[in-house]
Amino acid sequence: MSIRVVSPGLLTTVQDAGRRGHAAIGVGAAGAMDAVALRLANMLVGNAENAAALEFTLRGPRLIFETDNLIAITGAEIDTHCGDRALPAWRPLLLRAGSEVVFGGMRHGARAYLAIAGGIDLAPVIGSRSTDVNAQLGPIARPLAPNDVLPTVTAARAICADLWRALDRDRNAAFAAGNWSLDPTPWFWHDAQRPIRAIAGTHFARLDDASQRALFGASFRIGIDSNRVGFRLEGVPLMLREPLELISAGSVPGAVQLPPGGVPIVLTAEAPTTGGYPRIAQVIAVDQPHLAQRRPGDSVRFAQTDLADAQMRYLEREQALTRLRDTIRQRLEHPY
Amino acid sequence: MTGADIEWLGDSALLLRFGERVDAALSARVHAVVQALRGAALPGVRDIVPAYASITVHYDPAAWNESGAQEPPGARLAARLCDFVENCNISAAGKSLPAVEIPICYGGEFGPDLAEVAALAQLDVDTVIARHLAGAYRVAMLGFAPGFPYLLGLDPVLHTPRRAQPRTRVPAGSVAIGGAQTGIYPRDLPGGWQIIGRTPLALFDAARDPPALLAPSQRVRFRAIDAHAFAKLQG
Repeated sequence: MSIRVVSPGLLTTVQDAGRRGHAAIGVGAAGAMDAVALRLANMLVGNAENAAALEFTLRGPRLIFETDNLIAITGAEIDTHCGDRALPAWRPLLLRAGSEVVFGGMRHGARAYLAIAGGIDLAPVIGSRSTDVNAQLGPIARPLAPNDVLPTVTAARAICADLWRALDRDRNAAFAAGNWSLDPTPWFWHDAQRPIRAIAGTHFARLDDASQRALFGASFRIGIDSNRVGFRLEGVPLMLREPLELISAGSVPGAVQLPPGGVPIVLTAEAPTTGGYPRIAQVIAVDQPHLAQRRPGDSVRFAQTDLADAQMRYLEREQALTRLRDTIRQRLEHPY
Repeated sequence: MTGADIEWLGDSALLLRFGERVDAALSARVHAVVQALRGAALPGVRDIVPAYASITVHYDPAAWNESGAQEPPGARLAARLCDFVENCNISAAGKSLPAVEIPICYGGEFGPDLAEVAALAQLDVDTVIARHLAGAYRVAMLGFAPGFPYLLGLDPVLHTPRRAQPRTRVPAGSVAIGGAQTGIYPRDLPGGWQIIGRTPLALFDAARDPPALLAPSQRVRFRAIDAHAFAKLQG
């Protein structure tokens, strides 16, 4: 009961909701870059939202499913084929044992997620199955490589019973897809120009006037050396009024830091647990998944908001996800 | 106990600031409050991270939401934390971890910058080693990489600026000086600190419980070993 990696794509890793509670020993959260896409993929196959799934980056892998597997694809728009048939995203799909699936390039976005019913059956390391690529941590402490084998659990037939019946009926079908799907619109922005909302950081006022205006006005380009730790924001260099020597303090995903040199860095899933650079802004929690979908070379413009607005949006998102989870669960168990 | 200032780290974390300096008294206060906070188990708190003069608290805003409230959830948690810090009794936070002794093989291939540290301190190499060994150290914080300890207690004579050219690879176990700090690289990493020796001990092992050899606030002593003992200890 496993999935075999024929070729891994550009950067494919095992990710769940990440490691929480270990930053005091320098272990960061890691976890999915687009944490909402991961949660939705898991919901669509009846998993716990934080189950381990695969994260693809820019170009997906080629995988062989050695048993029947219930899967779902979310996140970036990725070309996915099983034989000569395209596989639809944002819905449960039942794949027949032996299927080889080719995940190709991404038309929009940078990160797609593949959830498998039952999750990926690896033993957690420090409370998570996520691969922290930079810290070389996790049950698989590196990106996936050819011939890696991912153990899976046999999917319960009670989930999506109609799909199992459809596949049993049609001996020639390689897969069965649900006749309903999730509307990705609220969760995946097609428009890569849309502003990313951020709150001014502790040291925002230390920027000179022009830099303050530029941070919430100018357009930055995501550097090609960006990775799961952070994105370099190229554009007008930002300058402090005067140099600022800070002692190390905790840092978090979404923080926009300003190292000497004036090119800001926005930290992402593998943010270091501490740092000493000035913190000029903080991307709000609900927009971090959208930022994670920007590609190297894409532009980023920040729109300023405040704590009250950011937290209100966070609460609204969590309520919407809870409602969605209940709706999906009903669909999975009682399709008609 | 006097209070702390709040710095917002966005909508899901905040920082309690006790000061702007690296010093032992501030650090002790940080660790006492961290210990009390862990004991208090406030709702929605996802992680508590001590640093030199601050504590970062990661939290779930939903746990501090109250319908109809004027202020955002974060403000409610911040008020609760400020109140907590002011009423936090340091002397009551007692439990201290046992000291850890770390063997170091100084100089040679294990400590390529020992001579430079000695030259900058205007001391001979043996005196640098003796002074480094004589220190009573404490882990102020871990960060940079899993298990990397930032130690307080370095003899001021040994404070040494970082290297002008950072190395792309500092070997695991390297004991190094960066400014007023001394630390140990848990694995091969890039780094700009001056390397004076190496320990055969594993500072971090994900398969071990706890994974990090050292914990925040833990006391550390160094012991000099030779290359033979190093090889034996490394196994």
